[in-house]
Amino acid sequence: MKLVIGVVRPEKANDVLEALYRAEVRGVSMTRIQGHGGELDRVETYRGTTVQIGLSEKVRFEIAVSDPFVDRTVEALCAGGRTGEVGDGKIFVVPLEQVVRIRTGETDVAAVTPVEK
Amino acid sequence: MSPLAAAATGVDTGDTAWMLVATALVLLMTPALGLFYAGLVRSKNTLNTFMMCVGAIAVAVVTWAAVGYSLAFDGDGGLVGGFGHAFLDGVAFAPREGTTIPHLLFFAFQGTFCVITVALVSGAVVERMRFGPFLVFAALWSVLVYAVLAHWAFGGGWLQANGTLDFAGGVPVEMGSGFSALAAALVVGARKDYGRQALLPHNAVYVLLGAGLLWFGWFGFNGGSGFSTGDASTLAFTNTFLAPAATLVVWFVLDLVRGRRVTAIGAATAIVVGCVAITPAGGFVSPGWALALGALAALPSYFLIVWRTRTRVDETLDVLAAHGTAGLFGIVFIGLVAQTSWNGVGDGLLYGDAEQLLWQLIAAVAAPAYAFVATYVLLRVIGALTPLRATEHEEAVGMDVTQHGEDAYATGEGAILVTPEAGHVGVPVRA
Repeated sequence: MKLVIGVVRPEKANDVLEALYRAEVRGVSMTRIQGHGGELDRVETYRGTTVQIGLSEKVRFEIAVSDPFVDRTVEALCAGGRTGEVGDGKIFVVPLEQVVRIRTGETDVAAVTPVEK
Repeated sequence: MSPLAAAATGVDTGDTAWMLVATALVLLMTPALGLFYAGLVRSKNTLNTFMMCVGAIAVAVVTWAAVGYSLAFDGDGGLVGGFGHAFLDGVAFAPREGTTIPHLLFFAFQGTFCVITVALVSGAVVERMRFGPFLVFAALWSVLVYAVLAHWAFGGGWLQANGTLDFAGGVPVEMGSGFSALAAALVVGARKDYGRQALLPHNAVYVLLGAGLLWFGWFGFNGGSGFSTGDASTLAFTNTFLAPAATLVVWFVLDLVRGRRVTAIGAATAIVVGCVAITPAGGFVSPGWALALGALAALPSYFLIVWRTRTRVDETLDVLAAHGTAGLFGIVFIGLVAQTSWNGVGDGLLYGDAEQLLWQLIAAVAAPAYAFVATYVLLRVIGALTPLRATEHEEAVGMDVTQHGEDAYATGEGAILVTPEAGHVGVPVRA
């Protein structure tokens, strides 16, 4: 099992969700975050006060998947999040020790497998 | 009392006092519309949407003073006025013929109408049209479309000369903006995510507050369109109080029947629709008919909004449904139920004058046709010279940051102060 963390542009978040859906990856959480990944800074001016916005708005996806799903999850994040410009974001894949589904007490692979309806 | 302090001959002080207030009330409607529109768009486009309304004030006041007022109100040519009042020539304290307020005040009052109408059209193109081309469009549109329609309806042009009744701007303001908005939406094209993603209003409280302030300003808009404190003004003022309430009630019922819940955005829309419908009819129909007009006008606007969102036409904030359709409905309604006993001017079909209805119908065809065609051609010409739209990337990032370099909801987190000594560390670039 892996935890796939994808940090993407907020304006691409919908495209990522769509790509994940197409890849049949269910069970996603997302958070609005601020980050900096080497993109050029934006300058804004408010009544003569000029500021450099060092942190950009980003969206972080967290997706816990079983091993066979890792590649297609990463592919979906890349396909949905890419514009080709600096600032498209990063994907981190980290090992997962344990997963528990609160409702049933199922653990690990059973817990990251979507419920069949 | 010095001679200067005395009012010019023919000026009524009571009328003047009211019209000074009414003018300020109407100007308030444009920032109110900015708030209304800003709440209806996504948060990343808040400032740009509001700024289109502020831009309308900037541009349209100047063009109005330069040539717009003159083309609308100088002379009684059939299609357009003359240049006799260009740059306010001959506009001073002596009242314009048929009024009892200083000519300057008449000019300013009419100017606020031009401003709000230009701002209304922006609702069709928000979230994707570049700010610069919008200002150019606003300047030209205020002269080529608004001033011409105002001349037809108010300034002695062919509609007014033939007896079309339009109390406060069903022709130039409501149908003018609504059908121009449709043309603008077709030329500029849909937002890139239209029909693919849910594009939702980001702040319904702004929308309700904006609608409330619009209604407040509308008392000056309609109540001032009698240019006096006379009966017609009082009738229009009270009808502006009645009609939107009736629209609200019907809108609530329609919402309940269709979605089983009464919506806030729907209520805000209903207030605007009711105010629009009573605009042309305010000083001509009885209070009872004003209630009926408000109630009935909800139907075409409601169903046009429901239908429009299923089409590919991204007339984003439904200016056509809220203003064009409701204004057209009000104009035609006058032809049915105007009563000489209330207005002293003319009767509608129900009270014995079928010809009145004919001229209301002619206005309801001619004004939309001119507004649509002129706007379509104007935007095509501007679009041939410079791109009307922001790039896809700019549209995705948001118009606030890309057009204005500001963020409506800046938190200051991660913002580093740039001192003049240090100069710009970064480059103002695409985010």
